[in-house]
Amino acid sequence: MIVTSHNGHTKSYLKPRFRVDIVDERCIRCGCCVEQCSFDSMYFDTQYQRIGSTDENCVACHRCVVFCPTQAITIHQMSIEYKHNDHWRPDVIEDITRQSETGGVLITGMGSDKPWTCYWDKLCLNASQVTNPSIDPLREPMELRTFLGRKPDRLEIDPRTMEMKTTMGPQVRIETPIMFSAMSYGAVSLNVHEALARAASLAGTLYNTGEGGLHPKLFKYGPHTIVQVASGRFGVHPAYLDVGRIVEIKIGQGAKPGIGGHLPGEKVSATVATTRMIPQGTDALSPAPQHDIYSIEDLSQLIHALKEATNYTKPISVKIAAVHNSAAIASGIARAGADMIAIDGIRGSTGAAPKSIRDNVGIPIEMALASVDARLRAEGIRNQVSLVVAGGFRTSADVVKAIALGADAVYIGTAALISIGCTVCQACYTGRCAWGITTTDDKLTKRQNPEIAAERMANLLHSWSHEIKEMLGAMGINSIESLRGNRLHLRGVGLTRAEADILGVRLAGE
Amino acid sequence: MDAAGLHYKELNARLRNAVAAGAQRIELVNVHGQRYIGTDLDSTVDIHIHGTPGNDLGAFMDGPRITVHAHAQDGCGNTMNQGEIVIHGHAGDILGLSARGGRIFVRDSVGYRTGIHMKQYQDARPVVVVGGTAQDFLGEYMAGGVLVLLGLTLGAGETHRSRFIGTGMHGGVIYLRGSVEDHQLGKEVGVAKMGAEDTALLSELVGQYVAYFGGDADAILSGPFTKLVPLYLRPYGNLYAPTHRGAQGVVRRIGRG
Ligand code: SF4
Ligand code: SF4
Ligand code: SF4
Repeated sequence: MIVTSHNGHTKSYLKPRFRVDIVDERCIRCGCCVEQCSFDSMYFDTQYQRIGSTDENCVACHRCVVFCPTQAITIHQMSIEYKHNDHWRPDVIEDITRQSETGGVLITGMGSDKPWTCYWDKLCLNASQVTNPSIDPLREPMELRTFLGRKPDRLEIDPRTMEMKTTMGPQVRIETPIMFSAMSYGAVSLNVHEALARAASLAGTLYNTGEGGLHPKLFKYGPHTIVQVASGRFGVHPAYLDVGRIVEIKIGQGAKPGIGGHLPGEKVSATVATTRMIPQGTDALSPAPQHDIYSIEDLSQLIHALKEATNYTKPISVKIAAVHNSAAIASGIARAGADMIAIDGIRGSTGAAPKSIRDNVGIPIEMALASVDARLRAEGIRNQVSLVVAGGFRTSADVVKAIALGADAVYIGTAALISIGCTVCQACYTGRCAWGITTTDDKLTKRQNPEIAAERMANLLHSWSHEIKEMLGAMGINSIESLRGNRLHLRGVGLTRAEADILGVRLAGE
Repeated sequence: MDAAGLHYKELNARLRNAVAAGAQRIELVNVHGQRYIGTDLDSTVDIHIHGTPGNDLGAFMDGPRITVHAHAQDGCGNTMNQGEIVIHGHAGDILGLSARGGRIFVRDSVGYRTGIHMKQYQDARPVVVVGGTAQDFLGEYMAGGVLVLLGLTLGAGETHRSRFIGTGMHGGVIYLRGSVEDHQLGKEVGVAKMGAEDTALLSELVGQYVAYFGGDADAILSGPFTKLVPLYLRPYGNLYAPTHRGAQGVVRRIGRG
């Protein structure tokens, strides 16, 4: 029940979070900030002929800061000094206030901002010194190419012709072990979806449609597309399955394990309706469970239905959130016939999720990855699936460490969006993203030019790929294959013995 | 085509080849639980199945007409796009899950979660007609399409027993011949008045049902029918409070600008 609203009729007890400072002597009254602020914070004060701000509305997206031609604007955290308290922190007080004013579930966007231990930051990579020389990737070939898909248990080769007798399942080649995470059209704008598709083709990798279907305009990027089949089955039809390179069954996602998706009706524009194949303006509800999957046997059935539906030409991936029993679950998924398993950790992002879920449910991807890889190896079935991990990858070094912990490839989401302007302001769920990313508003969508955005994303992949080559070279390795699951190239610093054991790494100095 | 002893993979490969070679009508005999029959077929081929097909019959199907001369199992017409499935018997759970087109006729009754998350788009409107009755969770999260339960298997004075009908429903329509108690309905569903359009639609569908399975159309149509529709287009519109102040419809500025 809504007790009061704070739309101007009732006084809200919520303090503004940010303060917009405009240095008046610098401001040339160009009006650009007013135009750029999609959260209705900036306005032109006609009485005093200057720019004013409704600070309560600011989300610190920094669009105005970047676009002000005279650098007149700075955004500050509003410093209201509550009495210091380590337990009743300001954000806790604010959340309680907000809920008592609205009676609603707190909803937010992007990844968790809780101080989860980042194990990537507690792992050091190895480097060659005297005995085993390092390799210079500028003058020697360095192999980042990765093949996704089930690998046979053994290879049979005809000794006379030296031809391979084993028939391989479908394999997908990517030129760098980094792909773009699932982001649905609807959560992000069509221009961003197109940019992801273009960037993936520029970089020789894949992007993922998420659960929102695929706009016909993007069918031409099919060879670089992972098409998702989620509980809502939005936009899932034979042509969609046929056009993708990999079909991914979405069971869970890191930002909201165990709960479904909900694209509010306001975001279901005419074109979103076209790709999701639902009427305009209705809520797009994807319930948490897929109602044909209540067991591993049911999952196996859907995997095989999709293999049938695509005539065994595409690997079938299953995406889950990193949770307590990920290793056992992954083993079941591999045995159910999946060709690829994607695991998304607790730092994974989303367009919208209940804050309570995003910040408290799931486990860090580092732990899940290490335990899944170890379990699949112990059971002798690691070759049956490719492992792709996601959830907060920030740097090329994170990627290298993930591969050393056993991943075949990683998905990046937030980093890709940061490359096109996202400032991680966490207001995605509003659909008002000032950077034209997580919006379906026509005017805001135009802020992203698909060509320019694609180039920025491809640049990011290019620079990370080169850095990965440098790091491999430093370790004396010339192929990413040789690093996969090679934990000897990792050492932990500041880890407990138990953590080091779960990660399967030794401590520095050992 | 004799399906005896064939693995579903082989059976479907043969179906694919036959359709590619231009087959118009295929008789499948000795079917013993093979799954996914009709998946990945996109012509209007007429397939007759003698024996019991396995789960996910016609999943993702896009065009064929499948007639089952026996009972069918779970997952019939899962995410079906186009085509028709006619079952001379009972069908199992999740019939028509997420279907967005095509028609399914079942002579007798169906299992749990029938028509769950069915949806419609433009002129694609899936239709499921069941001669008997259904188990719980009928039409849950239904977002479009037409679900009909004719209740022909119910004895005198007996009513549909399905519970949680239409929970989370936000589109489409359900017609039940007979009545249901309020406690059987999800809280997002309401009973609506039947109009001329409903009667016309029902008489068309019942006509088709009778054409497949026999019976007296007029007697069936004499009802009474209960029409169930979603109460809200957006059942969960008020569930959320945003975490950013600026994000929620914005504080109004007073006076200036
Ligand atoms: S919401 Fe963004 S554009 Fe608007 S004032 Fe704040 S930082 Fe500037
Ligand atoms: S963008 Fe900068 S210079 Fe232009 S009106 Fe705003 S504050 Fe002034
Ligand atoms: S996508 Fe937009 S709204 Fe979301 S965090 Fe980034 S800048 Fe903010």
